Amino acid sequence: MAAGAAGGGVTSDTYKAARPWLLLPAWSVLALLSLAPVLMMLVYSFLTKEFRGGVIWEFSLAAYDQFFFDRGLFGDEPPKIQWTYLAIFWRSIWQAGSATLMSLLIGFPTAYFIATRPARQRPVWVFLITIPYWVNLLIRTVSMKFLLREQGPLNDFLLFTGVIDSPLQIVNTNLAVQLGLFYSYLPFMVLPIYAAVERYDFALSEAAADLYASKWTTLRRILLPAIRPGVIAGCILVFVPSLGSFLAPDLLGGARNFMIGSLIEEQFKGNAGNWPFGAATSMILLSMVLVILLLFARQQARSENRGRG
Amino acid sequence: MSETRAQNAIDVQGAVKRFGSFTALKNISLHIRDNEFFTLLGPSGCGKTTLLRIIAGFEEVTDGRILLYGDEIEALPPNRRPVNTVFQNYALFPHMNVLENVSFGLEMLGQAKAAARARAGEMLELVRLEQFAERRPAQLSGGQQQRVALARALAPQPKVLLLDEPLSALDLKLRKAMRLELKHLQRETGIAFVFVTHDQEEALTMSDRIAVMSEGELQQVGEAREIYERPRNRFVADFIGETNLLEVSVTGSADGSSRCRLDGGQELTCDAVEGVEAGAHVHLSIRPERLFTSQEPQRADVLTGTVVENLFTGTGISTIVALPDGPTLTVRSSNSERGSKRIIAPGQECCINMEAGAGRLLID
Amino acid sequence: MAQGKLDIRSYRGFRALTFLCLVILYAPLVVVTVYSFNDSNSITTWDGLSLRWYVDVFTGPESAKFKTAAVNSFVIAITAATVSTVIATLAATGMIRAGRFRLRTLSFGLISLPLMVPEIVTAVATLIFFNAIALERGLLSIVLAHIVFCIPFAYLPISARMQGIEADCEQAALDLYATRRQAFTRILLPLMTPGIVSGFLLAFIVSLDDFIITNFVKGAGVETLPTAIFGAVKRGIQPNIMAISTLLLGVSVVLVTLSYFVSKSDSPK
Repeated sequence: MAAGAAGGGVTSDTYKAARPWLLLPAWSVLALLSLAPVLMMLVYSFLTKEFRGGVIWEFSLAAYDQFFFDRGLFGDEPPKIQWTYLAIFWRSIWQAGSATLMSLLIGFPTAYFIATRPARQRPVWVFLITIPYWVNLLIRTVSMKFLLREQGPLNDFLLFTGVIDSPLQIVNTNLAVQLGLFYSYLPFMVLPIYAAVERYDFALSEAAADLYASKWTTLRRILLPAIRPGVIAGCILVFVPSLGSFLAPDLLGGARNFMIGSLIEEQFKGNAGNWPFGAATSMILLSMVLVILLLFARQQARSENRGRG
Repeated sequence: MSETRAQNAIDVQGAVKRFGSFTALKNISLHIRDNEFFTLLGPSGCGKTTLLRIIAGFEEVTDGRILLYGDEIEALPPNRRPVNTVFQNYALFPHMNVLENVSFGLEMLGQAKAAARARAGEMLELVRLEQFAERRPAQLSGGQQQRVALARALAPQPKVLLLDEPLSALDLKLRKAMRLELKHLQRETGIAFVFVTHDQEEALTMSDRIAVMSEGELQQVGEAREIYERPRNRFVADFIGETNLLEVSVTGSADGSSRCRLDGGQELTCDAVEGVEAGAHVHLSIRPERLFTSQEPQRADVLTGTVVENLFTGTGISTIVALPDGPTLTVRSSNSERGSKRIIAPGQECCINMEAGAGRLLID
Repeated sequence: MAQGKLDIRSYRGFRALTFLCLVILYAPLVVVTVYSFNDSNSITTWDGLSLRWYVDVFTGPESAKFKTAAVNSFVIAITAATVSTVIATLAATGMIRAGRFRLRTLSFGLISLPLMVPEIVTAVATLIFFNAIALERGLLSIVLAHIVFCIPFAYLPISARMQGIEADCEQAALDLYATRRQAFTRILLPLMTPGIVSGFLLAFIVSLDDFIITNFVKGAGVETLPTAIFGAVKRGIQPNIMAISTLLLGVSVVLVTLSYFVSKSDSPK
């Protein structure tokens, strides 16, 4: 009845007068230590590199030039597209996409199964899914490496059961990186889909069954469209962090399976020591992520409107 | 009626409340008397809760004045108003036990803890919950929580108690029992109660006076009986109880009576209403329990029609009668021997007899 | 009822896939934990149960290094979690209990910014920023960086809890003559406690676990547990690393479980 109090997560205006003071710490810390650094990174990407790290305060397009073009846009010969770095980006997209697909194939049935448990059991299931997420990513990736090693427990198990005759070489392959990413972010796929299925009104499925739809048709034609925002959210939550990941490709992939994260890291921590190039690569990665998130936000807003319509 | 300001518990003068472009209250003026059980009644969204929250101090008026026993209070924050509220969902503090809840207001007023607790104990006795003092609110039933909320709001001895649909969360039986209890509490404490509800039965049984609201406006203020029997307009007649609304044209008035003609040509006599002159096209409200059917006319005012259906409703029988030329009337008779004898089979012609004074002309 | 052929909710195979999912999630953790109790010098052969690698972590040649790293990790985590929890609690009150306002969406975007920006980008940006303002890299730089990404993790459970507390509660307090400050300290804050504790624990875990950002903004010679472990793993997985990983894993699991039960306890409804 108090028209002002409804919706949007605002539940009262009790502390209206104090609002600026309540928000000031968060605003200042985040503006200074989250927003400003990103802007500073943008600036650095247009500066000249200094050898062995750091920058010279002189405007330069060299970083972006190096990323996209061979022999330089401003050289004597006509510019050619430089494929080295684009290939790394493409591999990152491919790896992240594969991990996302794997997560979806396992995560969707899991989320669905959990959401159809009795209401009192559900929080326990959800808790079981989330625990591994809170374990140190480094430790999880190391554990994965240990498990997948040529002489590791997985190969031991497969040899023992006779599924294979000789140990599988998984570490240092694309597959190992995909498995590592899949394992790292699997809980992110389960949770939003779970939330969507839990809100889903199963009377719709009953209505479909009543109108002669088979179970799988019902799943495809009724349930999936209804929970699509949750599925998309899950895919994004897996894809985005996979895209910029560093640990999985670094520990599981080896030198031949370089991804964006490693490329960036090398500019600051490794031998390359090219800060403007690292900043430019980070900017390109960030732009990709922001575009994905923007498309996602638009899609969510649209489906929300449809739900209300 | 004397309008001495000091005698009124609350004076609302020209209160307007706007939320952005939405006007929740459109120029409301009303008086709530000392020591009265006053009810704000209306459908959801009519502005009754907004008005209550304005009196409590949770909303500011956009325009207008609010007086509490003659003092202007519209600028005071809620913690400076000697007015307490019983919230719809009770709003008991879940982390405090019952006694701490009830003594909270007294402690905030600066009373020593021991004195506050002692007074809180008395309040719990008043609502017969003294044995639950140590319990947490979550360990109480809905009805008990309700009584804690009452005790908490009454403990600081407010000048006016505000109740925001306090019974709506209870089941029907408990609700009926609480009606009585509330009424008794009001008599015992002598504090003016302002009660908000959308339940007309609740309003009729409990209130000294009722204000019917709709779309941010007062429709009618008066005693329960007056509002039920002499509704001022169509909204009030329709909202309170069940009624038959007939379109009529007034053909003439004399000696405090008006003659009105229905579309089908039949005529009735009813009390004249100020503002409804001859030639007016208005609605006539007739309560179904003030009508009865018969084969032959038995009253001065009689309509004839055809029985469509007899519906058994448990306590009574509703007979639906179609008048010539369209409109249907509902006639209710009690589920008694006398009532049952009057039942006429569907399809048959019948007379509908109207008790004197049963028809009420409405200013639209 | 779940097994019936008529149950339109159940799909064949979903249960099996769910168990597969749990196996995948837990197998690596279980395997590392089991092998941390291995008596062997090599990580490949199993020589029976033993605590020797745990003893090694605390008394072995690398114990001093691990001890310093652990102290650093906990000091950083406690500081970052405390500061971010205070900031998040105030911010949640400003966002949820102070009416609507024009900058609200923007504020929420700012709070969740650290979640949206890929970690490696945050790491690069923070390193560059500290370099630009000439902030010396050491414990302070790590704490500052951690506070930022801890804020959203502390904010989420706190704001969720706050949304679950009915506004009526404070209004009742105001109605009963409490000032706004009293309504905050005597009503809202006590009711918020589980959310605040849960937020603190999550922030603590996230800080304790962080590797990428720490790795960028730490100075030479300053190590936290994850950076120390990473350095060791780069030279090859050793049994003592499995033991220390298991310890860290245990801390996370215990804290998350604690956070889960705290946030479940004494629910406002």
